[in-house]
Amino acid sequence: MLRFVLTRVSLVIPTFIGITLLAFFLIRLVPGDPIETMAGERGIDPARHEQLRKEFGFDKPLLSQYGVYITRVLHGDLGKSIVTRENVSTEFAALFPATIELAVCAILFALIIGLPAGILAAVKRNSIFDHGVMGVSLAGYSMPIFWWGLLLILLFSVQLGLTPVSGRIAVQYFIEPTTGFLLIDSLLAGDFDAFKSALSHLILPAIVLGTVPLAVIARMTRSAMLEVLGEDYIRTARAKGLAPIRVVAMHALRNALIPVVTVIGLQVGVLFTGAILTETIFSWPGVGKWLIEAISRRDYPVLQGGTLLIGVVVMSVNLLVDLLYGLINPRIRHH
Amino acid sequence: MNPQFSSQNTAYDVAAQVYERLVATERGGSQVIPSLAESWTISDDGLAYTFKLRRGVKWHSARGFTPSRDLNADDVIFSFLRMADENHPYYKVGGGNYQFFGEIVKPSFKSIEKLDDYTVKITLTRPYSPFLSALSVEPMSVLSAEYADAMMKANTPDQINQIPVGTGPFSFLAYQKDATIRFRAFADYWGKKVGNPDRMALVNDLVFVITPDAAVRYAKVKSGECQIARYPNPGDLPAMRSDPTITLLSGTIADQSFLAFNQQKKPFDDRRVREALVYATNIPAIIDAVYQDTGKQAAALIPPSLWSHDDKLKPRPYDPGKAKALLTEAGYPTGFKTTLWAIPVVRAYMPNGRRAAELIQADWAKIGVEATIQTYEWGEYLKRGRAGDHEVGMFGYTWDYPDPSQILLTGWHCDGVKSGANRARWCNKEFSDLLTKSSTISDQAERTKMFVRMQEIFQEDVGGLLFANASAFTPVAKSVKDYKIHFFGGQPFYGVSLAK
Repeated sequence: MLRFVLTRVSLVIPTFIGITLLAFFLIRLVPGDPIETMAGERGIDPARHEQLRKEFGFDKPLLSQYGVYITRVLHGDLGKSIVTRENVSTEFAALFPATIELAVCAILFALIIGLPAGILAAVKRNSIFDHGVMGVSLAGYSMPIFWWGLLLILLFSVQLGLTPVSGRIAVQYFIEPTTGFLLIDSLLAGDFDAFKSALSHLILPAIVLGTVPLAVIARMTRSAMLEVLGEDYIRTARAKGLAPIRVVAMHALRNALIPVVTVIGLQVGVLFTGAILTETIFSWPGVGKWLIEAISRRDYPVLQGGTLLIGVVVMSVNLLVDLLYGLINPRIRHH
Repeated sequence: MNPQFSSQNTAYDVAAQVYERLVATERGGSQVIPSLAESWTISDDGLAYTFKLRRGVKWHSARGFTPSRDLNADDVIFSFLRMADENHPYYKVGGGNYQFFGEIVKPSFKSIEKLDDYTVKITLTRPYSPFLSALSVEPMSVLSAEYADAMMKANTPDQINQIPVGTGPFSFLAYQKDATIRFRAFADYWGKKVGNPDRMALVNDLVFVITPDAAVRYAKVKSGECQIARYPNPGDLPAMRSDPTITLLSGTIADQSFLAFNQQKKPFDDRRVREALVYATNIPAIIDAVYQDTGKQAAALIPPSLWSHDDKLKPRPYDPGKAKALLTEAGYPTGFKTTLWAIPVVRAYMPNGRRAAELIQADWAKIGVEATIQTYEWGEYLKRGRAGDHEVGMFGYTWDYPDPSQILLTGWHCDGVKSGANRARWCNKEFSDLLTKSSTISDQAERTKMFVRMQEIFQEDVGGLLFANASAFTPVAKSVKDYKIHFFGGQPFYGVSLAK
């Protein structure tokens, strides 16, 4: 087991270096000058431009800029935003709980709907329900998040008035952040109305962000279930005269869940990618919206730091899934 | 949160509620009016400005700071010197990048002195008449010297840049990154005693809800979550007009949008070629297709929203025949090839650069001028435009303060050719001399005559091709009263009320 853990952990190091390289050089390949963008139409005096380039370290050769950057990263310093002059890590820490809150709700939504839908589709194979679930999940998987989000806003918020349009909480509530998770903070503050408001603000973004994982989970559950339902031991269980629900829930589902758990782990990356668009549509103050704005402003330190931190989170979650999987299934760790 | 560092409209919008300056621009207008200075005098040589400060102006409070005194001359002096004096203890706090002060005020600023507790005198190195209106812009806000001292003593000097303490009608309450900025009506605001509702906070709470998507902003007003949505999608305007739940407010902004013929490149150094291209461009068709009803064709270099706009000037009509004749006269009977830069971003002054470029390309083809459309990422576009890489390019400017000279000095003076801010690299000596002279005279009537003459010169010499004077739109809920679209600096929310 120790060897398995060490192998997995050692893979993290080259991935980490890869992320810093990609984050650093990709954004610099995109044309554009952050100082010119910041100055806008009227531009900036060339001497001042040079002074700022020097201050931000952009006057040095790219490789030496990377050297400075990586040394700082290893000392835990991700630099300061060019625009706000705040520490990148401070900004990330302030915004990350909002993204986590949204991502957790989205994955819960995907699980609550996706798992039963996948199981039922497998059990009622080739029925109208099965075709319906597969069709809808394919549509959900292919739906552009931007369009889907606006559609839901127009229907549920503007036409029906059932959900709020955007934001994390109604403007009349002001909850001082303790944990950064508004659902928890509002309860800690004992303000149940604020909690209800925060919850209602989560509904649409969680649905939008959870749609792709839902489709993947439903399809994956269905195919894993189908495979298991065709196994001999299921036939044996049925032949023994066990109730169908018991066969499905106790015998089939347990084994079918193993590949599904892996897929859920992989969805963490998908959730972060989706969060970028979802947060922009719903004005959700998380790291996704923060990164999108940093791209248009060419805020290099924010983009580098943000990408790196998200990369580290995704990597850690995947590592955790790998290790857990190894723990659950001994066959994996011996390979 | 400190407007001294910023040139961004978003920072100006916060400062417009919280901070005040010596002078202000009337809400929704272009006249400079008294603010923290009750009155002022300008010496005959235009070098000394003496401001009499208002008495009884109270400061907001903040975490770890309760003001013990009213505004006085020390605050004004602190606010100037922390930007002007590199040895000032606060100069470096927050990065030391005072863009507006450095570019607009500093070149003519010499000194500031306290004549008594309520009188300050600012001396300039040269007469510079736009100075007064430049003082009305948010980066020239007056900060509390007492707050700065207290924070320096507490070893948290940067707090003055993070938690604003001003004298404005709203005090700052909280900022939640990328989510909301909250303000509360300031109970001790001096404007209340003066009794001018136009300067008072008429709602108790003001919340800026940061919402980057225009369609979502519109939906928030429709659903009643917000009352005012700024910067709407041009495509949503027809729906907003017919929407019974909202009022669509509009006003002409102080902007320029133009096609710059790079006059350091042939054949654009020839006035006849430039004039031919103006005649060859069907600008009304561009206005219809690109601006729709968000802009009117511009004839004069100074927009109608600013004083000294010349309303007698008429644009050259669309006349391909005349264009062809002029080109022949200039020695290009069969036309020539050129590149045409299309602006890559959406701006009020140019809602769709690509579409406009295509229309121009088609118009010019009719007189044999073959234009290839080119564009770059915005920062790159600006950088290359500054370097003069373009032959013909779309550009635009928006005024920050209500003095006609601001954008003329930046964009059209001969000095701007060297720095590249003069995108057309058009250098007309008579125009530039008049512009330089107009900045040394305080008499507005005399300056108006000069600006009118400059606009004539621009048209005669075809400095560039002017597109439109654009309008800004703001959808507001029916309950919003007295919201005025403001064009210079931040948008004020004082004077705005909600019907019950």
